[in-house]
Amino acid sequence: MNLGFPLFPEQASTMAPRVDALFYFLVAVTSFFVALIFVTIVFFAVKYRRRGENERPAPIEGNFWLEVIWSVIPLGLTMIMFVWGAVIYFDMYNPPDDALEISIVGRQWMWKAQHPEGQSEINELHVPLGQSVKLTMTSEDVIHDFFLPAFRVKQDVLPGRYTTLWFEATKAGEYPLYCAEYCGTQHSGMIGRIVVLEPAEFQKWLSGGATGMSMADLGESLFQRFGCHTCHRGAGTPQGPALTGLFGKTVKLEGGATAIVDEDYIRESIIDPRAKIVAGYQPIMPTFKGLISEEGLLQLIAYIKSLSMPERAQSKK
Amino acid sequence: MSLPEIEHREHYLNINYGIRSWLLTTDHKRIAWLYLLSVTFFFFIGGLFATFVRLELMTPQGDLVQAETYNKLFTMHGVTMVFFFLIPGIPAVLGNFLVPMMIGARDLAFPRLNLASWYIFILGGAFTLTAAAAGGVDTGWTFYTPYSSIYSNTHVALTVVGVFITGFSSILTGLNFIVTIHKMRAPGLTWFRLPLFIWAHYATSIIFILGTPVIAITLVLVGLERIFRLGIFDPALGGDPVLFQHLFWFYSHPAVYIMVLPAMGVVSELIACFSRKRIFGYTVVAFASLAIAVIGFLVWGHHMFVSGQSVHAGMIFSFLSFLVAIPSAIKVFNWTATLYKGSVSYDAPMLYALGFIGLFTIGGLTGLFLATLGIDVHVHDTYFVVAHFHYIMVGGSVMGYLGGIHFWWPKMTGRTYPEGWARLAALIIFIGFHLTFFPQFVLGYIGMPRRYHVYPPEFQVLNVMSTAGASILAVGYLLPLVYLIWSLRYGTVAGANPWGARGLEWQTPSPPPTTNFDTPPVVTEGAYAYEKDPEEIYTVRKPAHV
Repeated sequence: MNLGFPLFPEQASTMAPRVDALFYFLVAVTSFFVALIFVTIVFFAVKYRRRGENERPAPIEGNFWLEVIWSVIPLGLTMIMFVWGAVIYFDMYNPPDDALEISIVGRQWMWKAQHPEGQSEINELHVPLGQSVKLTMTSEDVIHDFFLPAFRVKQDVLPGRYTTLWFEATKAGEYPLYCAEYCGTQHSGMIGRIVVLEPAEFQKWLSGGATGMSMADLGESLFQRFGCHTCHRGAGTPQGPALTGLFGKTVKLEGGATAIVDEDYIRESIIDPRAKIVAGYQPIMPTFKGLISEEGLLQLIAYIKSLSMPERAQSKK
Repeated sequence: MSLPEIEHREHYLNINYGIRSWLLTTDHKRIAWLYLLSVTFFFFIGGLFATFVRLELMTPQGDLVQAETYNKLFTMHGVTMVFFFLIPGIPAVLGNFLVPMMIGARDLAFPRLNLASWYIFILGGAFTLTAAAAGGVDTGWTFYTPYSSIYSNTHVALTVVGVFITGFSSILTGLNFIVTIHKMRAPGLTWFRLPLFIWAHYATSIIFILGTPVIAITLVLVGLERIFRLGIFDPALGGDPVLFQHLFWFYSHPAVYIMVLPAMGVVSELIACFSRKRIFGYTVVAFASLAIAVIGFLVWGHHMFVSGQSVHAGMIFSFLSFLVAIPSAIKVFNWTATLYKGSVSYDAPMLYALGFIGLFTIGGLTGLFLATLGIDVHVHDTYFVVAHFHYIMVGGSVMGYLGGIHFWWPKMTGRTYPEGWARLAALIIFIGFHLTFFPQFVLGYIGMPRRYHVYPPEFQVLNVMSTAGASILAVGYLLPLVYLIWSLRYGTVAGANPWGARGLEWQTPSPPPTTNFDTPPVVTEGAYAYEKDPEEIYTVRKPAHV
């Protein structure tokens, strides 16, 4: 048994020192109040200890201004905590636009990751140092949670929808990855590691395991295999809308509503095509529920996204 | 050695004997005993599960039990402690015994409903224990979907039926308290003369009535999805797993206040009695209870900051969670101020009450870390959360419960407990508690997730400390069980009012007569009139006809 133990986890992301600073602030404030209460209680309990059985202390009703003071001061302090914490939280859930995108699929009881270049990993995630990374995550079964203590970030991974998490690593090395949402028998075995590499090292690692097929390429082959191109081709057909340049746009739906074309919208359109019909089209698309794996769906999404990127859209024309 | 004898007169314990006279009783005081025995049983069952959990966690490997078994152990620990000990604990035992006595009534408004609620409780407990005996359940006490509704292969349905049934006993108890407090107060006992124990139970009853139906419906939905594959929570069936969390926490967060508000009520009585002072800022403390009950319904989303709910919803829930902390802080300050210029004695119930303040203060202040969005993301679902809610539920509720049991033991039994042993137990519990749960704050911040059967070796030292503390805590909990039972026969005779307290319940003999008061009291003073003689706080109503 190792008798030494860490009091704080490693700081390995841009978020870690910010969270820790706020944590220290709360430790200081709460320690002060714990000390205040403890010392006051002990002091009063000793000073005003019962000295005779017949003591009858004079009654004290209370004091309006004291009540105001000990309501307003804690309220003010908690509002500092609220705003400070909310600012960090807001930044935690708003990834920068230039973030490197990696897909994560959780299942009982393993983590699967796929890089845009096509490399897959299991229970490991290699990321470059000093580059923001955005994870788009989903689960094949129950709720999991992607937890990186050294980065101070955590996000539930849900079946049936995408959640995202982003971070920027600041220190090369290996750090633990835990599943933090109880997910069944081997929950505590659903662990792994995140490996932070210098950018050059990371590029080397990327090319090392290359399959030659990027996620978008893999998505394109699925697109052909499932016959998606018969309706969704070129500038679109009377059966299906065009997909080029579609990602990120707002589309008009039957019934007047609108929807933003994001990962969740595309996923839903494949699994449950009748949920949202684009105005002017018939609800004739069959469902692909159960036919395409979660990884496959993410590859299709990567492909459809790539159709909105100038270079790729160009080469397809 | 001749045993000390309680004077020969008729009281609620000796008016009749035999098992029927207990199982068919409608006397709130006897029903309180039925609850006392039942929740004590569940407490030690829940404690047994916890013992195995702590033993397993002494080493990083999974060497004592298998993963399936471990998951069932922490689940059954949580289910038993939350639904069958902490929630009914103070209201159904002390509340049942004391609410009528403190307001000068002869019973609760609906005595037969009161007995029915105990039978419902036992029926629910029987279902849950059957589930445990048949092989247990492994979902965690939170029953998160779709794991609970689709994936778990354990006895989920039987367990949720048990919890569902038990909920009705809470609803009926809450209903009974509200009607009783509204309609049956003694003449002269106005709302602002009520003991704070009554205010706390009134606030708790509101949560019982408004919150419990929501968890009942939610568990029915889990059952329907599990048995009939009705798509409600599982996305594969067209459901929404996060919807379950909203519904579950809409009840289960206020349920925390069900556990802690009654304990706050107990502590108010104890602090007043053992400093011989009215509670400082009585009205503020009374309204703080109501504020906690009301705002407590609006903070459930703080359990879901990383669940995928919107960032803006998270911010609103964070803000409201900070607001609900303020009334609790106000209470702590007022209790502390009550000691000022008081006449403080260190009898065992007072030690429990001061222990409550100490542990509840730490529990409450660490709640601020969890309400803070940026910190909660890191510590959510880690041992930091486990430590925090044990400080509130075990540190707070159980200290309050034990303090109350000791304080009213002479009233309930007519005999006193051994003071030295009781003080020792309070001290052992206080020390054992910190050693058990303080290291878990550190464990959580360095990243150990909760519900882990095996864990990385760097977490071991802190886990060993925690297990060592738990064994001290176990001694602390077993001691009162032994000496309280001993005192039933060998304790010294208490008399009507051994503490010199001012509550109405102390102005009638111990044990009280079945009707609580030989003559119905008329109240002429507010609660805690320690500057007056007991005889000055109420008069005896002249019988109308005689």
